[in-house]
Amino acid sequence: MAAEAKAPIRRVSSQRTLAELLRVIFLPLGQLFVFTVGSAAVLGVIVVVLAFLLSRSDPKIFETAVAILPQVIIDGIVRGFLFATIALGYTMVYGVLEFINFAHGEIFMVGGFVGAGVAYLLNQWGVMSTMPALLFVIIAVLLGMTVSGLLAMGTERIAYRPLRNAPRLVPLISAIGMSLVLQDAVRMIATNTPLGFNARFETPDFGKAFQLASIPLGARSIPVLIGPKAVIFIVAALLMLLALNYLVNATRLGKAIRAVAQDRATASLMGINVNQIISLTFLIGGALGGAAGVLFGMNIGTVNPYMGFIPGIKAFTAAVLGGIGNITGAMVGGIVLGFLEAFVASYLSLFTGGAFSGASYADIAAFSILILILIFRPEGLLGEATTQKV
Amino acid sequence: MATSSPQTGGTGAWDRLSGLLGRGPGGYAFLSLYLLITSLTLLLNPRTSLLTDVIFILFLLLLLIVYRTRVHIGFKVALGVIALGVVLPYFGTLNPYYIDVATQAGIYVALALGLNVVVGFAGLLDLGYVAFYAVGAYIWSIFSTPQIGAMISGAVPVPNVWFYGFILVGLMIGGAFGVLLGLPVLRLRGDYLAIVTLGFGEVIRVLAENLDKPINITNGAQGIKDIARPPIFFSGALRAIGLRQLDDNQLYQFFFYFMVLVIVLITVMIVGRLKNSRIGRAWTAIREDETAAIAQGIPLVRMKLMAFGVGASFAGTMGVVFAAKQLFINPPTFDLLTSISILSMVILGGLGNIPGVILGAVLVTLLNLQILPRIAEILRSAKSAGVPIPQSFDPTQYQRLLFGLLLILMMIFRPEGILPEDRRRQELHEDEDEPSEESAGATA
Repeated sequence: MAAEAKAPIRRVSSQRTLAELLRVIFLPLGQLFVFTVGSAAVLGVIVVVLAFLLSRSDPKIFETAVAILPQVIIDGIVRGFLFATIALGYTMVYGVLEFINFAHGEIFMVGGFVGAGVAYLLNQWGVMSTMPALLFVIIAVLLGMTVSGLLAMGTERIAYRPLRNAPRLVPLISAIGMSLVLQDAVRMIATNTPLGFNARFETPDFGKAFQLASIPLGARSIPVLIGPKAVIFIVAALLMLLALNYLVNATRLGKAIRAVAQDRATASLMGINVNQIISLTFLIGGALGGAAGVLFGMNIGTVNPYMGFIPGIKAFTAAVLGGIGNITGAMVGGIVLGFLEAFVASYLSLFTGGAFSGASYADIAAFSILILILIFRPEGLLGEATTQKV
Repeated sequence: MATSSPQTGGTGAWDRLSGLLGRGPGGYAFLSLYLLITSLTLLLNPRTSLLTDVIFILFLLLLLIVYRTRVHIGFKVALGVIALGVVLPYFGTLNPYYIDVATQAGIYVALALGLNVVVGFAGLLDLGYVAFYAVGAYIWSIFSTPQIGAMISGAVPVPNVWFYGFILVGLMIGGAFGVLLGLPVLRLRGDYLAIVTLGFGEVIRVLAENLDKPINITNGAQGIKDIARPPIFFSGALRAIGLRQLDDNQLYQFFFYFMVLVIVLITVMIVGRLKNSRIGRAWTAIREDETAAIAQGIPLVRMKLMAFGVGASFAGTMGVVFAAKQLFINPPTFDLLTSISILSMVILGGLGNIPGVILGAVLVTLLNLQILPRIAEILRSAKSAGVPIPQSFDPTQYQRLLFGLLLILMMIFRPEGILPEDRRRQELHEDEDEPSEESAGATA
């Protein structure tokens, strides 16, 4: 158990000045910004160069590639924050238990369904149309966070805690089982209520998309749009990162979480209730996943019981990419993966003349990244190397 | 099944039962009578119904009982041959549905045995096992249908007698894919490995779905239909010896039933030999403690690759047979749920234990193909009789729930499976009497 080396943040000082505190909390934002700009720039340059090379055969490719670039970057950011918020839950749990909570994608999905349910009820009561959009978002997100958080805590209590000292694969298999059970349990509920399998996520009117710029392409011009829901998503994700950083680095609870992550036995000798801290970790991770689910469902407009699985795996990929157990790493990994997927999805079919459909190969790109990262840099972008103890 | 406490591992109940019926003349009489009664009830009442299902399961249970009792080995073999080689096929002529179930169960037994090599013997959790099955199935499907012409212009499908050769091709290509997957993931620990293999399984499925362009290899989401079946060389002989006039479909059912039976027997033999060989012991050593295994001089890389290769080759072989039996394959046949269901077979039966895995595979297949549809039928009739059951509730649609519950419950209450392997039972219950909750770090 190499827990000590994978603690979320290594600094353990008892007294901190305000400046230090601010630095600890806001430094991740800086890192995130650097990686966002950096990966957008790198991928953008690659695409432009590729487009330039290909434009000899078909000059229109270059024009189109450059024209859609800003929109692709915006899509990448939205996608990235989705993975990032889900990845936070994986990384929290992994940091504390060294355990991949396979059912986390389903916790995310449940959040989406709670949001859809709230929206359905509000719509039934007829208050949806008169309600301020922001108030609706806050209500839905809070409810989604509560239900998902409690659910995550419940799954830990039922399916993982009895297995805590078993060989590694035992809780993992139990978690796979939990993931399947949650998928079908939600399906059973959804198909027997008015929501249905593909539940519509009603929202109040958020207003029109913001037009950031307009790029002339021949006769017409391509607008660069970002929807208000996407803006809410990004802002909420950033707030969650800040709150989580504050919680983990500047509160007593956070200190207890870090202590449990470092060494469970010693932490319990220091008077920390280890079971309670692990439960709280699941609660926090689940709540973040639930919030992501609500925001995602709101963005997409529908939710279904199987929607959590693939984003869950990709978010895990993101967590590994950033360095699992590291909170900022999870965000950074999510952003980088989101950009990568957005670029593959948008440009693959353009560059290959429609021979490969970008959307399907984006999944393959994500999994390939996972394999490559695990082979060449298993500690992730922001993680530090650990050795396995005998 | 076994309901005794985990400490005794179910052996207490078995000991008592086998003490009564498993030895001496009592045993022989009991087994013969059992076979006679179940066979006769099956043959006299071949209609598809709940009762027949139950008897069918009891009939298959005989094999487990025979395996557990201590009678002469010749007698065991004789009973097995009569049950699987004579009674079941004859029953199949009366009700083809059940022989199809038996064939399907056989295919899953071979797959579960293959996965057991990887997960049970070597301790490498593989969640993408169905990918190798898919590779085998697609190999035969592409080469035996005009699909090959779409891939390589001018190529024509191979004659269907090549099927027998393609079984070996499936074996080799499956094995090669296993090694190919094994190479990059060798360094990964258990849980990472699980995710990567899962990703690999998804990649193969997505590829199968999308490789209809730029070159049409897999025919995309439509799948490949009209897959060739091998010629049956014995049809004349069978008709000559006066078997009832069987049509081609029935003959093929028999053909695939016996073919799967033979492959399963060969698989059991190979896996059993491997387990007790130097290689099998090396796998066990790796599973128990990788670092200690290296220190003992076990070539880790070669052994892990071999586990992946051997496990995958069984799946490749079965894929070829499956494609020919099914006549049609498409990408959703090979989704993650299939991988998980094979995994739950291995875990339900008992990781690492060959009879346990066979039992698990048969149980899960029966559950899937017989018991769930039957429950659905009962619910439907109950619904029409006025019992308030939600409109859209159909138990056959809740396989995920079933497998999920199966996995969780098995992990919590009996992680060593129904028929556990001795070593694993000891391993999983070694710290039984230690305080379990707080001592997590201390035991490390």
